[in-house]
Amino acid sequence: MSLLEVRGVTKSFDRTPVLQGVDLDVPSGALAAVLGPSGCGKTTLLRVIAGFERASGGTVTVGDQVVAGPGRHVPTEKRRIAVVPQEGALFPHLSVAGNVAYGLPRSASGRERRVGELLELVGLQGYGHRMPAELSGGQQQRVALARALAPDPAVILLDEPFSALDAGLRASVRADVRSALHASGATAVLVTHDQEEALSTADVVAVMREGRVVQAGTPEQIYRRPSDIDVARFVGEAVVIPATVRDGVVWTTLGALPLAGAAADGVGIAVLRPEQVILVPVAEGLPARVLDTVFYGHDANVMLEVRCPGDVLMPVMCRTQGDLPRSETVGVKIVGPVTWFPKRPHDLPAGGEIAAAV
Amino acid sequence: MPALLAAVVAVLPLGYLAIRAGEGGLSTAVEVLVRERTLWLVLRSLGLTAAVTTACLVVGVGLAWLTTRTDLPARRTFGVLATLPLAVPSYVAAYAWISAFPSIAGFWGTFLVLSACSYPYVYLPVVAALRRSDPSLEEVSRSLGRSARATFLSVTVPQLRPAAAAGALLVALYTLSDFGAPSLLRYDVFTRVIHSSYRASFDRTPAAVLSILLVVLTVAITVAESRSRNRGGTARLGGGVARTAAAVPLGRLRPVAVGLCLAVAAVALAFPAGSLGYWLVRGSSASLDLDRLVGAATSTVGVSLLGALVTTALAVPVGVLAARYGTRPVRLVEHASYAGHALPGIVVALALVFFGIRFARPVYQETPLLVLAYAVLFLPVAVGAVRASVAQSPRRLEEVSRSLGTSAWTTLRRVTLPLAGPGIAAGAALVLLTCMKELPATLLLRPTGTDTLATRLWTETGAGAYAAAAPYAAMLVLLAAVPTFLLTNAQTRRAARSTEGAEPRDVMEGGSR
Repeated sequence: MSLLEVRGVTKSFDRTPVLQGVDLDVPSGALAAVLGPSGCGKTTLLRVIAGFERASGGTVTVGDQVVAGPGRHVPTEKRRIAVVPQEGALFPHLSVAGNVAYGLPRSASGRERRVGELLELVGLQGYGHRMPAELSGGQQQRVALARALAPDPAVILLDEPFSALDAGLRASVRADVRSALHASGATAVLVTHDQEEALSTADVVAVMREGRVVQAGTPEQIYRRPSDIDVARFVGEAVVIPATVRDGVVWTTLGALPLAGAAADGVGIAVLRPEQVILVPVAEGLPARVLDTVFYGHDANVMLEVRCPGDVLMPVMCRTQGDLPRSETVGVKIVGPVTWFPKRPHDLPAGGEIAAAV
Repeated sequence: MPALLAAVVAVLPLGYLAIRAGEGGLSTAVEVLVRERTLWLVLRSLGLTAAVTTACLVVGVGLAWLTTRTDLPARRTFGVLATLPLAVPSYVAAYAWISAFPSIAGFWGTFLVLSACSYPYVYLPVVAALRRSDPSLEEVSRSLGRSARATFLSVTVPQLRPAAAAGALLVALYTLSDFGAPSLLRYDVFTRVIHSSYRASFDRTPAAVLSILLVVLTVAITVAESRSRNRGGTARLGGGVARTAAAVPLGRLRPVAVGLCLAVAAVALAFPAGSLGYWLVRGSSASLDLDRLVGAATSTVGVSLLGALVTTALAVPVGVLAARYGTRPVRLVEHASYAGHALPGIVVALALVFFGIRFARPVYQETPLLVLAYAVLFLPVAVGAVRASVAQSPRRLEEVSRSLGTSAWTTLRRVTLPLAGPGIAAGAALVLLTCMKELPATLLLRPTGTDTLATRLWTETGAGAYAAAAPYAAMLVLLAAVPTFLLTNAQTRRAARSTEGAEPRDVMEGGSR
């Protein structure tokens, strides 16, 4: 059952449409990521759900309560939806404990105990008396999460909460937040433009583009079965090549490849991920020339030019964890099924392309 | 609702003044306006304003640069000294000079006293702008081959211009509306003539007509200044904290610079203090009416506290609305509350006198009407303080509070006001200080039989009883020092805190300031 249900939500600012009919379902207890490039309307969607902005149309339902709908706008404080803003936005005049306790009723018994529990949950026990200015960025972010969890809200909204943190800190805070959210059983929506963050943190990912959710599913579905070529390019690096489907087999200049899912016969393009391209001895695969190698430590990207049958040169990127190519000439093989889309004329330059995710 | 009340309070006197001026008949009004005397009055007032503003720009910008960007010895001390004249009411300075050199009366005395009292209005914003301006801009200019002097002219000066212009506007308005100095130094500008024509004759139409003319002048200056603004970008691009600039070595000019700073301090501070001290000592041999002094001090503090409380109470709704909701009606209300800014004290006082005689007889020359005058005059100060401090606390904090189940009112009480509290309190202290120093409105509207320190000082000095005036002047300076001290202290503390908090700045950028 979905706890948070967004149906056909629209929102315009001065007649500029920002949300053009957004649908989103977040199951109870799940962490959903809304992923999209900047300007796609994801932050506006979050503000509409929170009640900071009024929707122009559509409905938002939390549990069995319609909080936004035609002629209905439940004020923020009555929605039981807590937010964790971008920079944490702790109340600077209150201590850490004061911040966490802010949303608890003043008379509530066991306030202190609850505050203690939450600080422990986010790994900050003993920090209650500190002031926000005395905390590091990551600590502030975790206090903001504890504060949001305190009143036991139905939904927690996180607005790019990790983007202000430096790269090293980001991964660890992200993991802490994820485990704290799971431990508390909270339902949460994370807004982000970072596809790696969305895929690695969320249970459900909704990809937004131009004011709409264009695909929603598990991270694996989004990555392996993107619904269109733009989603494919956005969620990860992609090797895009011309391809024809016949009888469930994808025929490409790189050879015949298995099709992921089902498709009617036709002309179009195939998308494969760089990790589906593996380096083999020259004799065992298609001959390719190494153009460039980018080494990351845990793996490396190798830019190749594959000489296909018929002497067609095709740019291909390979991600390898093994040895880096020693010679200029290598062999390549494609493994696993590929995604195929019917061709749209503007989708692809004639010779194929490598799309690097932003 | 309360915001509307504040707006009404602010524009009421002006409206009534217009009615009163019209009552004498259009022909009377025109007759007053086309007199040759009126033309000379306008020229004298504008001439004085131009002279004082120019002097303040030179002194203010010069001191600001010396105390922030050079290796002037004892920079800090000179910096503090440079702001102190703000605490000296113009009529106290006027008293100090005329009691020592009676021949100084007239243009030169008024020019000297007003310049010495009001250059901090230029100095303070320019210092702030110099501290805020990013030295890396200057470094870039130097690295692109511009000399130090060319860099100063092409990079630094444009950055300072808005601050200097805003300061100059304040000085001009202050000069036009100041009553104490010209009246004690007997220089016939608008304020003095309005007061004497109000005192001298039964027909008060000329006073009202001249008041309107003065308001027109102040409004014209304000509009001219705001038209000349908004040119050239002054925004800092990108994040990062501005570093402090390296000090410019003064070299052989150092003694000259020190001499100039000392000279300003001598004219603006040391001489008035010395003169006051001299008369205090001389006067102690004469009989001092202690009861009268204590009485005047008590009533000064009393009406000023009331004024500060009422003004701040009216300012809070306007300021919160202005900072949070920029809708049209709100802007209108806010602008209405700024009316007092362009209204000289003598004009507001006169308007309230007319209003009081006609409609509010029971409170005429009673405390409520005087407090009302303070509210009209100083609402802009308080609204500015509330607005700025509310605007500084990020709106996001209020959204977070709402999302945690707190209503709009509770959010205001638990988040917005506590965060803005220090700023609002500083605004209230500033209003308190200004009320204590206020002369013309107090003179015209004070409750019958009551004297404040300012009015006693004015009366005694006017009568040439310099020794008798001294204790009142001393007491006033002493009392005014309390809110001044509180304000400076709060500011230093805030500055210290903001440098301490620089470490975890990354995340608190939007959070704590």
